[in-house]
Amino acid sequence: MTGDARTELLISCLADRLAGCRHVAVGAASPIPAAAALLARMSSEGRLRVSILGSERHNVFTDGSKELFDCAAQGRIDAFFLGGGQIDGQANLNLVGVGGYPRSPVRWPGSFGSAYLYHLVPRVILFRLEHSPRVLVERVDFISAAGTSPAHHHRPGGPEGLITGKAAFRFDRALGRFTLTHRHPGVALADIVAATGFAFELAAELATTPVPSAATLAMIRGPVAADLVQIYPRFATEILTRPSAPRPDGLT
Amino acid sequence: MVEHLPKVADSCAALAARIEDGARLALAPDYSGCAMAVIRALIQRDARDLHLVGVPQLGLQADLLIGAGCVASVEAAAVSLGEQGAAPCFTRAVQSGAIMLKDSTCPVIHAGLQAAEKGVPFLPLRGILGSDLVRHRPDWRVIDNPFAEHDPILLVPAIRADVALFHAARGDAAGNVWIGVRRELMLMAHAATSSLVTVERLAEQDLLADDQIAAGVIPDLYIDALALAPKGAWPVGLRGAYPADQAALAAYAAAAAKPAGFARYLTDWLALPDWPA
Repeated sequence: MTGDARTELLISCLADRLAGCRHVAVGAASPIPAAAALLARMSSEGRLRVSILGSERHNVFTDGSKELFDCAAQGRIDAFFLGGGQIDGQANLNLVGVGGYPRSPVRWPGSFGSAYLYHLVPRVILFRLEHSPRVLVERVDFISAAGTSPAHHHRPGGPEGLITGKAAFRFDRALGRFTLTHRHPGVALADIVAATGFAFELAAELATTPVPSAATLAMIRGPVAADLVQIYPRFATEILTRPSAPRPDGLT
Repeated sequence: MVEHLPKVADSCAALAARIEDGARLALAPDYSGCAMAVIRALIQRDARDLHLVGVPQLGLQADLLIGAGCVASVEAAAVSLGEQGAAPCFTRAVQSGAIMLKDSTCPVIHAGLQAAEKGVPFLPLRGILGSDLVRHRPDWRVIDNPFAEHDPILLVPAIRADVALFHAARGDAAGNVWIGVRRELMLMAHAATSSLVTVERLAEQDLLADDQIAAGVIPDLYIDALALAPKGAWPVGLRGAYPADQAALAAYAAAAAKPAGFARYLTDWLALPDWPA
């Protein structure tokens, strides 16, 4: 599977997770989730509202950068994507660094809004392209955002699942464990086990992530890519200009 | 001229001179309004021991100030150069312990500013419990919601900066500043003791006189001084005016990756005779 084909698979796979949502928000520096949200909006025939930070077109907020968080606390946002430098088996996220704190030998930008949105957005979809033991760890070095909370904590939100470059997991919030549900085409189960630093459950029937249909590919390469140019010019252009890839009928 | 424009300073250096060493300085993220020309003037005047507050995160402004040795502490939800990757001077300063770090998360910064805006000592906030941020922030508290049973909730202290510094598209002679939908700048100005602003242009008319734009105007009540600085956010962008100069940002990220490269970049940047308008 080429890099572009995998990108398209992930866009399609993430978009499927937004079924039934009314409002999805996408954070900064998240081109694949942004593409997925736009794809889902097109498939929803306008029923899904998409708010993309950094976009002027897909962002109706008029009360500054706090409005997203206020919306989330009120339940006005149904889905959000989060990632992290480390994600552990209890779905804890680390966006801060590795190897001690505060003088972390490996230091990342910081937690952004993760500690908040993870608790308040009902459907948080974890996404990380790199699927390796250094990312998917048994225990994160720093908890930016906790995967689970005691039952009496106010927590309408939390992780729904994790999608990587190799596979898809569902998260059970009561058990605090991931279950492997899908492997991407061409990825062996043994490869996933070897690349995952935490223990996980295996679904009764391990499915293969469905490849996007020709119609979906046409939407990704056409209107979705065109829409993304303002926010992620390089990413959008790479999808738009694919001279080596076979194109579905009707696209030039 | 000066009698008619009491709040308009002569230069960015005049604004920088109003920011004292040791000040708590609130700054906007790269997507909002960055008064980059004043950042340069701060470095030129060799400012020291600044305590930066990112509203809610920081980018190039913070990296330059940190690299130039102007910063004692940073309170922010994140510091990065966005698409250009990590903020190299910030990363080095964290790793060497050269700056004190107050790691936060976006809504805590907003709530802290809102508390300051209301003149109350703290605000409660949902979520966040269970994060290691809470362990490392002794100035945050978890209490039981006094209006319910068994409902722990986080309290965060007011963030009152000495100075809010930002850049906007338009100002007028009285010191009114139009910021449109970039209302985190309004929040910063409300919450800070004083606000210093650079603007792309000075409007002839009173910005508050037009109801169509008045809701997007920070009244002069909050603004201490402003200075004209065309292209004043460069190389980051300003909504509705110009996009970020990605080539210039990439050049910075590449140079600053090593301390010697940053030092050369800084020397060249400070030596620029004119602001690249």
